[in-house]
Amino acid sequence: MLGKTAGGLYWMFRNLERAENTARLIEAGFRIALTRSQDQATGWKSVATTAGAAGSFSQKYQGFESADVINYLLRDPDNASSVLSVVKSARDNARLVRTALTTEVWSAVNDNWMTMKDLLAEPVVETELPKVLDIIRQQSALVRGALHGTMLRNDIYDFARLGTFIERADNTARIIDVKYYTLLPSTSFVGSSLDNVQWETILRSVSAHRAFRWLDEDDMTATSVARFLILDRRLPRSLIFSLEQTCANLEHLCAEYGERHSCQDHASQMVQGLKNRDIASIFEEGLHEFITGFIRDNNALGQMIEQDYKFYG
Amino acid sequence: MEQEHHHFDEMRDAADTVRAPYASYRNWFDRQDAERLRAKHEEAEAFFRRTGITFNVYGEDAAQERLIPFDLVPRIISGREWKKLSRGIEQRVTAINAFLHDIYHRQEILRSGRMPRELIANNEAFLPQMIGMSPPGNVYTHIVGTDIVRTGEDDFFVLEDNARTPSGVSYMLENRETMLQMFPELFAKIKVQPVSDYPKNLRRSLAACAPPSCVGKPRVAVLTPGIYNSAYFEHSFLADQMGAQLVEGHDLRVVDGFLKMRTTRGYERIDVLYRRVDDEYLDPLSFNPDSMLGVPGIMDVYRAGNITIANAPGTGVADDKAIYSYMPELVEFYTGEKAILKNVDTWRCSEPDSLAYVLDNLADLVVKEVHGSGGYGMLVGPAASKQELEDFAAKLRARPGNYIAQPTLSLSTVPIFVDQGLAPRHVDLRPFALVSPKGIDITPGGLTRVALKEGSLVVNSSQGGGTKDTWVLED
Repeated sequence: MLGKTAGGLYWMFRNLERAENTARLIEAGFRIALTRSQDQATGWKSVATTAGAAGSFSQKYQGFESADVINYLLRDPDNASSVLSVVKSARDNARLVRTALTTEVWSAVNDNWMTMKDLLAEPVVETELPKVLDIIRQQSALVRGALHGTMLRNDIYDFARLGTFIERADNTARIIDVKYYTLLPSTSFVGSSLDNVQWETILRSVSAHRAFRWLDEDDMTATSVARFLILDRRLPRSLIFSLEQTCANLEHLCAEYGERHSCQDHASQMVQGLKNRDIASIFEEGLHEFITGFIRDNNALGQMIEQDYKFYG
Repeated sequence: MEQEHHHFDEMRDAADTVRAPYASYRNWFDRQDAERLRAKHEEAEAFFRRTGITFNVYGEDAAQERLIPFDLVPRIISGREWKKLSRGIEQRVTAINAFLHDIYHRQEILRSGRMPRELIANNEAFLPQMIGMSPPGNVYTHIVGTDIVRTGEDDFFVLEDNARTPSGVSYMLENRETMLQMFPELFAKIKVQPVSDYPKNLRRSLAACAPPSCVGKPRVAVLTPGIYNSAYFEHSFLADQMGAQLVEGHDLRVVDGFLKMRTTRGYERIDVLYRRVDDEYLDPLSFNPDSMLGVPGIMDVYRAGNITIANAPGTGVADDKAIYSYMPELVEFYTGEKAILKNVDTWRCSEPDSLAYVLDNLADLVVKEVHGSGGYGMLVGPAASKQELEDFAAKLRARPGNYIAQPTLSLSTVPIFVDQGLAPRHVDLRPFALVSPKGIDITPGGLTRVALKEGSLVVNSSQGGGTKDTWVLED
C-alpha cells in the first residue's frame, strides 16, 4: 500500500472520530447548561478547552457564550476541529484513498459530508441542537457500520482503526485532564450533588453514563469514575481499551508485513505499563501528571506510526 | 417540428418515422409513464452525487464539485455503422502512432514535403527530448479518444484526435452502469454491446507495453495531479477498476535508475505509469522546473527503457489543430489507404489567404485556438454578437498562427428527455481506443456528449453540456 494511502486512511478515521467526540462534548455541555443555569460560562469554557479549541476561540470571542461556543465547535470554518471542518477533511482524505475503500464506506463518508453541509449551513438554534447532534452521531455510526461490514481485514483496515483509537485515546485523556480536579479523591464529597453532576458530565462526554450505572450501580465516587475511564477494559472509550486496540492493530500489521518497528514496541510497553497500574498508584503519582504523560506517549506513538509506515515523503 | 429537420436527427428521419436502430427503444419509451421516468432521472442524479461522480471547474472555488448532467435517453448506433466507425478510428490511430514515430526519428513526412517543417519546428508540443528515442513496444498513444460528429446518414467527421490524455471514459462506464440499474428490462429486450470490459482491457493493454526490463507481472500506476484536479474522479475510478495504484508526484522517486513508489513497506518499483499529468509537468528536471506534480528524473528512467509512460511524452504534437488539417494526407502517407473518416475543412489562419477568408466569413465559422481544448477560447460565429465578432477579429489579426477555422457543422441531434417528452439536442461522440503491440482495441460506443440547451452546439461539460449512454447494437 502507498504510504500516502495509509496516512489518508489514518487521518480519515481520526477526523471521523473527532467529529463524533466533539458532538458528544457539546451534548454534555448542553446538558450542564440545562441543569445548572448559574454556571453556564464555566461549563462552556471547559467544553471548549476539552475540544482543544479554547485558545483560538478566545481570539475571536469575548467570554464563553453558549451560542458562540456551539457555533464555533459545530461549524466555524476558522476552527480546524469543528465538526464541519473535520467531516470535510475526512471526506477529502476519503477521496484521496478512494481506491482503498469499499463503495459502501465511500458512500457513507460522502453522505456524511453532504448531510453535514446542509445540516450546518446555518447556525443551529438551541431547540434544534439535540436533533442535530443526534444526526452527527448517526452519520458516524453509518460510516463505522460500513467499515466493519464491508472492508477486508487487512492493512487498510488496520490503518483505519489506528486512526480511530489514537484519536479516541487522546480525546478521553483530554476529558479526564480538563476535569482532573473533580476526579481527585481529596476533593470528593461523597454523595454531594455538585460532584455527581461533574462526574455525570464526564461520563456523558464518553457516552458511558448508563454503562457506568450498569456496572458500578450507585457507587459513584471520584475513584470509581477515574478507574472506569482509565482502566476498565470493557469500556470502548477507556484509555486501556483504546490502547489495546491500537496495539492489536499494530501487531496485525507486523504479522502481515513480517516486519517489526519501533511503534509496536512502544505500544506494547504502553499497554504493559497500564495493565500493571491500579487506580491507587495513579492517584499516588498524581492524576494530572499521569494523564499528561499518557497524552505525550500517545502522541509519540502516533508519530512513530506515521514514520514507520512512511505516511509522508 | 419543421426546423428540426435542418439537422440530421438520429432517431427520426425526414418523414418523421423512427429509424431502425431506435425502433425497439422508441416502442418501449412510448409505453412509459412520464412521471416514472422523471423519478428515474432524479434517482440517477442522486446516484451520481452520492457516488461522487463529479468534476471540478477551473476558475471556480477548488472545493466546488459539479455533476455532469446525465440524460436517460440512450444514443443508439447500429452495429453496421459502428463497424465503419471503428475501422476508421483504427486506421487513424495507426497513422498517428506511425506519424509520431516518424516525427521523432527520420521525419520522412517532412522530407517528402507533405507537411511544412515550421509546423513541427514551431510546435510547443514537439519535445526535443523524445528525438531518436523509441518507447517500449513502440507505442506512443496508448489511449486515444477521438472526437467524432455526425452530419448525415453516412457522414462522420473527426473533430479532434485527443492523443494526449483523453478523459471521459469513466462517464462512459458509469452511464452504462446507471442505465443497467434503472432500466434492466431494456437490456433484456435490446441487445447492446457491453462496455464494461474497458478497465480490464486498459490494464491488459498497458501491461503489454511494459518495458523489457520488467520482471514478473507488470506493476501499473495511475499518476494524478491530485484531488482538486477536474478529472480526479476518473483517475481514482480507473485505478480502482484496474486494481492499479493511484499515485501523485510526491509518492514517487527515482531510485537506482527505476521509478519507485513509497509504500508502507518501503520503495517499490512501477513498470507502467498511466499519467494524467501534462507533459510540461512530468519532470521538473526536463520540463517545467517549478512543477510539483511530476517526478524529478523520470525522463532519464524513461530514456533508459525502465518505465513505460502512457501516453508517451510528446504525443501532443499529433493532436495539434494545425496538424489536424493534414490528417487525410497523413493517413494516406502512413497506411497507404484513403482515410475512412472525414476531416472537417480547416482554414489555417497562419496562411494569409485563409486568414482573409476567415475574417470575411467570421460569422459563419467556428474558430479555435491551435493548442486549445475543452471549448475554452473558441468562437462560434453564428452564436456570437457583433461585438464578440469584432473582438475576436482583432485577436485573429494579432496572432493568426494561433488559430484555425472550420465551417459550423450541422451536428446531428438525438432526443433528450424533457418535461414535454422528447426534444432533439446536438451531440458528439468520443470513442476510446487502446493501443498495444498486440493491436488496437476500441470499446463499442464511447462517450456521447450532448448540448442540453436548445439549439446549442457546445457539448463541453465545462460549458453546460451533459452526457448520454451510448449503445452499439449487436446486429
